[in-house]
Amino acid sequence: MINPNSPALLEVRGLCASVNGIEILKGLDFSVKRGEVHAIMGPNGSGKSTFAKVLAGHTAYEVTGGSVLFEGQDLFSLAPEERARAGVFLAFQYPIEIPGVANSQFLRLTYNTVQAQRGKEELDPLEFDDFVREKMKLLEMSPDFLDRSVNEGFSGGEKKRNEILQMALLDPRLAILDETDSGLDIDALRIVSQGVNQLITRDNAVVLVTHYQRLLNYIVPDFVHVMDAGRIIKTGGKELALELETRGYDWVSAEHQAANQTRPEAVSA
Amino acid sequence: MSTITAIRQPAVDYLDTLLTGQPQLPASPWAQVNTLRAEAVERLDRLALPTVRDEEWRFTDLSPLTRLSFQPVRSATHLEAVDIAHFYLDDAPTRLVFVDGIYAPQLSSTPLQDGVVVASLLAAGAAPSAALQVQLGRHQTIGDNVFAALNTAFMQDAALIFVPRTLALAEPVHVLFIATQAGVASYPRCLLIAEAGSSVTLIEDFVALHDTAYLINPVTEIALADQAHVKHIRVQRDSQQAFHIANCAVSAGRASHYQSVSIAMGAQISRYNLNVLLAEGAECMVDGLALIAGSQLADTHTGIDHAKPHGLSRQLHKCIAGDSAHAVFNGKVMVRQGAQRTDSIQSSRNLLLSAKAQVDTKPQLEIFADDVKCAHGATVGQLDPEEVFYLKSRGLSDAAARSLLTYAFAGEIIDRIPVASLKHQLQHRVLEQTGSQP
Repeated sequence: MINPNSPALLEVRGLCASVNGIEILKGLDFSVKRGEVHAIMGPNGSGKSTFAKVLAGHTAYEVTGGSVLFEGQDLFSLAPEERARAGVFLAFQYPIEIPGVANSQFLRLTYNTVQAQRGKEELDPLEFDDFVREKMKLLEMSPDFLDRSVNEGFSGGEKKRNEILQMALLDPRLAILDETDSGLDIDALRIVSQGVNQLITRDNAVVLVTHYQRLLNYIVPDFVHVMDAGRIIKTGGKELALELETRGYDWVSAEHQAANQTRPEAVSA
Repeated sequence: MSTITAIRQPAVDYLDTLLTGQPQLPASPWAQVNTLRAEAVERLDRLALPTVRDEEWRFTDLSPLTRLSFQPVRSATHLEAVDIAHFYLDDAPTRLVFVDGIYAPQLSSTPLQDGVVVASLLAAGAAPSAALQVQLGRHQTIGDNVFAALNTAFMQDAALIFVPRTLALAEPVHVLFIATQAGVASYPRCLLIAEAGSSVTLIEDFVALHDTAYLINPVTEIALADQAHVKHIRVQRDSQQAFHIANCAVSAGRASHYQSVSIAMGAQISRYNLNVLLAEGAECMVDGLALIAGSQLADTHTGIDHAKPHGLSRQLHKCIAGDSAHAVFNGKVMVRQGAQRTDSIQSSRNLLLSAKAQVDTKPQLEIFADDVKCAHGATVGQLDPEEVFYLKSRGLSDAAARSLLTYAFAGEIIDRIPVASLKHQLQHRVLEQTGSQP
């Protein structure tokens, strides 16, 4: 659903970020328009998950340089909850368990909080129950997920489904799915992917952070980016993912280094 | 009985002030009450208020109590049902109401059932007393316990619950202690006797109509005969200025089952001593929650005494302290010589919501038998930042995220209350209280 005329949803320029004083993101450029699906791939430690968490506002990561505009607004001027209300959603690689809070209660609280902030109607428990059950059908989730504590005792696949259920409820403009495919068996991968596909519209965008190409058989990206050492070093179409699957990442790094030798970059401080 | 002011010693001046002005108590219809009172008065003569130099009171400084004076209730506050209906519990219609320690029959509801007694001692008079009289004062002995002595010295009325052999009382008994007057001292007393094979749920509920200072000094005695089942819910939601100093003694007979859930949220200073004595094969679940903020202090001391073999105890005590509140937990599990095959697990978990909040926790295990399975542990922590971030990433404000996580921490204990209407009241209260944390 690429539309070259649609305005940029997310504009990342020269983003640098560190955790515990160690720089992880080193001048990352990245741009997303509405209606697009992007995949960010790359080896372990390349900074993919850090990028996802920085966008969501995790306080453990310190932004040390660059800028991020979300719908033209400085994303870093917003607290994590304000980003969520503005339409940024992060599906966690490791969703948190909250014993003692019923999933239904949690989902309704987050839904109503975001609805209220967006000036939309909140739902009472009965209305919400109907609403959430419809959304759960997308993900083939059994209603008993509502009565259990948030993510407590959920299998890996159930946790990921619960993440996508929250995406369905919160209706984000930009959804970042951090390794949503990890730990999923083939059936769960299919169900989660189908759920995500049904949520993609011309008005929103999805960024898939993943190690593996197999997710991209189900959710077909418009762009595939390769991340290495805190930067995006190559961008291509969906066929790039297939090439990475057969050839690995090393050739991309080598190609990037070769290109840099002919065109050296400015030395950073 | 002689006046008790006449025999005071100057050394115990604060007890003096508590005792002065107490009108001479009329003789009780129960001879046992008269005897116990006389003994308690004599005992008080040799006791003093504990200070922080006493090991059992080292974290709980009672000196704020001594700066105030409390008088006995001079005239009863008359309340209509409409004044207190919000404290009623739909699923616990059997109810004894005491207003500032004085029984209020017009607010109480005690349906008749064969052989069951749910009554105030004074209202019941001598009638059901045979089996009950001998039990009064037998479980909560006075020893060096000043507050048990004070309660006994001032004992006039009591909530009596008696469940005969093998009878299962379907509806919980709600004993509601309502504080209405500022500056008064009250000494509630509760006695529950569950005969062999019977079962009953008791809710002791301490509430206040106004945010005023008063002293409440309850004593509860619970006796479970063989194979009896008692669920004991205790909710201390006194005024934020109150002083609440309570003792409860439980004697659990052979193969009996005692479950306690105690919640402390009110009072500027509260102390709850709960002692459970387990006979052979007896089991107890002793769970507690202190949820405090401001400058509140909540101190819970529990003792679980495995006196005989094959007993089982499970204890989970949680404290949540906000602002500059101070929570204290001292949990002693004693396994006596010969109490083989005892199975005991005790856990103290504590949550500090601010840098100034304080928790002192001391789980204690004393084992004098060699074939036992016992474990205990304590944790003190803050809310997990990853959990807070997760909730914020879903749009919740920092305060709402912290409130929800605090609620969840408390919820594990509140969920153990087997009375739905009370559970819901407390869940709301917890959400309100945690929501107000900065």
